[in-house]
Order: sequence, then C-alpha cells, then structure tokens
Amino acid sequence: MKPAMARYQCPGCGYTYDEARGDAHQGFAPGTPWAQIPATWPCPDCAVNEKADFVPVGDAVGAEPR
Amino acid sequence: MGDRYVDGKRWAWALSSIWLCLPLVGMALASATGVAAWNWLTLAFWYLILPIADYAIGSDGNNPPEAAVARLDRDPYYRILTYLTVPVHYTVLVVAAWYVASHPLGGFGFLGLTLSVGLINGLAINTGHELGHKKTATERWLAKIVLAVVGYGHFFVEHNRGHHRDVATPEDPASARLGETIYRFALRELPGAWRRAWSSEAERLARRQRSRWSPLHNEVLQPLLITVPLYAALVVAFGPIMLVFLPVQAAFGWWQLTTANFIEHYGLLRQRTGDGRYERCRPEHSWNANHIVTNVILFHLQRHSDHHANPTRRYQSLRNFDGLPELPSGYPAMFALAYLPWAWRRVMDPRVLAWARSDLSKINVHPALSAARRARYERMAAAT
Repeated sequence: MKPAMARYQCPGCGYTYDEARGDAHQGFAPGTPWAQIPATWPCPDCAVNEKADFVPVGDAVGAEPR
Repeated sequence: MGDRYVDGKRWAWALSSIWLCLPLVGMALASATGVAAWNWLTLAFWYLILPIADYAIGSDGNNPPEAAVARLDRDPYYRILTYLTVPVHYTVLVVAAWYVASHPLGGFGFLGLTLSVGLINGLAINTGHELGHKKTATERWLAKIVLAVVGYGHFFVEHNRGHHRDVATPEDPASARLGETIYRFALRELPGAWRRAWSSEAERLARRQRSRWSPLHNEVLQPLLITVPLYAALVVAFGPIMLVFLPVQAAFGWWQLTTANFIEHYGLLRQRTGDGRYERCRPEHSWNANHIVTNVILFHLQRHSDHHANPTRRYQSLRNFDGLPELPSGYPAMFALAYLPWAWRRVMDPRVLAWARSDLSKINVHPALSAARRARYERMAAAT
C-alpha cells in the first residue's frame, strides 16, 4: 500500500503543496513527496517563506484555499 | 461583527489608471498651443507637482479592518482598474510613437515626450507588479502582457521568486546598500535581474524537463513574443525615428524601476537566525511612504512594508503600521533625491543608522566603501 499523501501550507499566504497533485508549473509531478522538494524552495506565491516554514495540514481532502 | 467599512479611497483609485494618460494630454496641449514645453508636462508633474502635493497633503493613517479585507479582495471594481491600466500603457506608447513620427516636434519637444512616455511605461512595471503578485491566471497573464510594453518581462520572474525571497540581504541585487550610490547600484541591479530571472527559469524548466530556450514555456522569453513584434511593427509603421524613440523610452522606463528598487530597502538588513537562514521578511525590512496623493496614483506601491511582509495582499487592503522605517516623502521626491548621492545620504543615512540603533553590523553596508566613508559611519554610530 502506498503511503498517504500529505499537504503542506505556507503560513503566510495560504499556498498549499499537495503531494497528490504536485505543482505542474513548478515542475513537481503529481505524487512528488514533500521530501523531494528542495530545502531552499520558496513559496511560489509569496516567496516570503521557504520549505522549512511550511506547516503540515490535515488530510488531503477539501478545497485548496485560493 | 458586521463589516460596514467604507473605503474612502475607493473612487480615488481610478486615478492610478487615468493619470497615466498625462503624456497624451501634454502632447495635445503642445499641439494646440504650439508651446513645445507642454511635452514635458508628465515630468514636471512627477518631479515638481507631486512632491509639493505630498508635502502639502501629507499622510494617510487609514487601514481597512481585517473583517473587511475578504470583501475588498473579492470586489471586482478594484481588479477591473488594474485590468484597464494594461491597454492605457499600450495606447500611450503607440499614440506617442505615431505623433513623434508624424509631427515636427523639434529636439526639445521630442525629448520631453519620449521621456514622458518612458516614465509612464516605467509605471507599466508598477501595474505588472500589482498584477504579477496575484494568484489568478488572468492577472498573471496580464502582468506579462503589460511588462512587455516596456521590454521588462523578466521582472515577473525575478521580482516574485528572487527579490522577494532575498530582499534586504546582500544576496539581492535589487536591495540597495548603505553608502551605495544609485549609479553603482544600477550596474548591479539591472544585469542582476536578468541573470537571476534566467537561472530561475532554467532551474524550473529543468524540473519540468523542458528546454530553457522554449519561448512558449520560459517566462523570461514569453513577454518578448509581444515586445519584439510590437517594436518591430512600430519601426516599420513609423520609420527610423523609432530607433531613437523606442530605446530611449524603454531605458527611461527601466530607470524608474531601478530608482524605486534603490529607495525601497536602502541599508535595511534581515538578520541571520540560529539555523543560518535569514529571518523572515517583516514590515520593518522595507521603507514605507504613507503619503496619500502618491499612493492613490501608484496602486499603494508605497505601502511597501506590508507588501513585502504579505506580497499577495491586494493594493486596496495594504496597511500602514506604527514604527515602520519611513521615507520623508513619497516616491517622486525620493526619486529626485536619489539622483543626487550627496543629498540622498544626508537625508537617508541618519535614518538607516537610527533604524539599526546605531549598530553597523545590523545594516546592509556597501562592501566597497572608502575608508573615509566607513570611518564617517563609525563616527555617526558612536555619536548616537
């Protein structure tokens, strides 16, 4: 069984990285795990926060806060 | 809690779009009166009238309450204004291009009109800035389109992903350092923006397994798909005078952005934290100007402290805070001051020292200072 996909949110602007969806524009294919995102990767929407600042959010259900 | 907030500046925001037609007004007045000096109207307005208006009318302490922000953000009126500003920039460029090619202006009138268009199309970068920070695809596309009018499409990449990440650190070519003149800064900032935009796109496209040279995918190249055919068409339509008009207005437009960058973070420095990273950007890492006249004609650009701490916040919702590093005037007067390094340092260096509580190690200091200037800063720090 594959591990559950997690979501991580920028604490400033609300951008959410969802492992199941990835981020096509950033070049992260669907299923790309958080561990594979570069450590210095900045939030693609605000660039104030980096990967280390993101916080895990609940299960990968519900609408993305846009 | 009912949200009954009424935005007192609501209708004034339309000025941010409308005043950009000023080069065409000057042109029409010059044409009607035969007085070539009217072609300089936009420059006179920016460098003389706006500083006086900022001084006379002053500051704006009003903030929308947080309960009103979601409603303000949804209100289509505010974004329609930014959308409408995009064709204004194109109209100013094309009409002025036609005019300089078809009317005997003389060198004086020609220079005034060309620089006026450059100043306004420098503000196309302001329009693109407001649009490019937003999360909707429409606004991001309009940002690229409006940046193309002045040939500065790479700003969309470097500003959002580079400048905002590295702001107020020595790593950022768009954050000026204490003791640096604007002329030296420009030599670092202009090529730095291109270089970093390109490498940022190369890295992103490598992850997407696309060629960095693909003009359809590379966001540095995409706006050039508009700029190059547009400028070529203007040369074909209006003749060789475009070979002077277009580069001069574009260069003066770029210079407006360089000047804005120079004044926005001069000397300010984010400190390193325990994990070796820089602290996150807070409002005190940008110089703020809360002058109402220039804020309502610049989509609140001068409320720069909140913008950098919260870059996706829309212009109508940006806030002022107490205790921010404050510019003594709005951007037009500060632009003029920046061109005179002696005067700039006299006004701004004491403010930087005061911001850092006289601790030079907490300031982004130009590394190539002369020994005399460094000694002067040490004396200034010791005296307070």
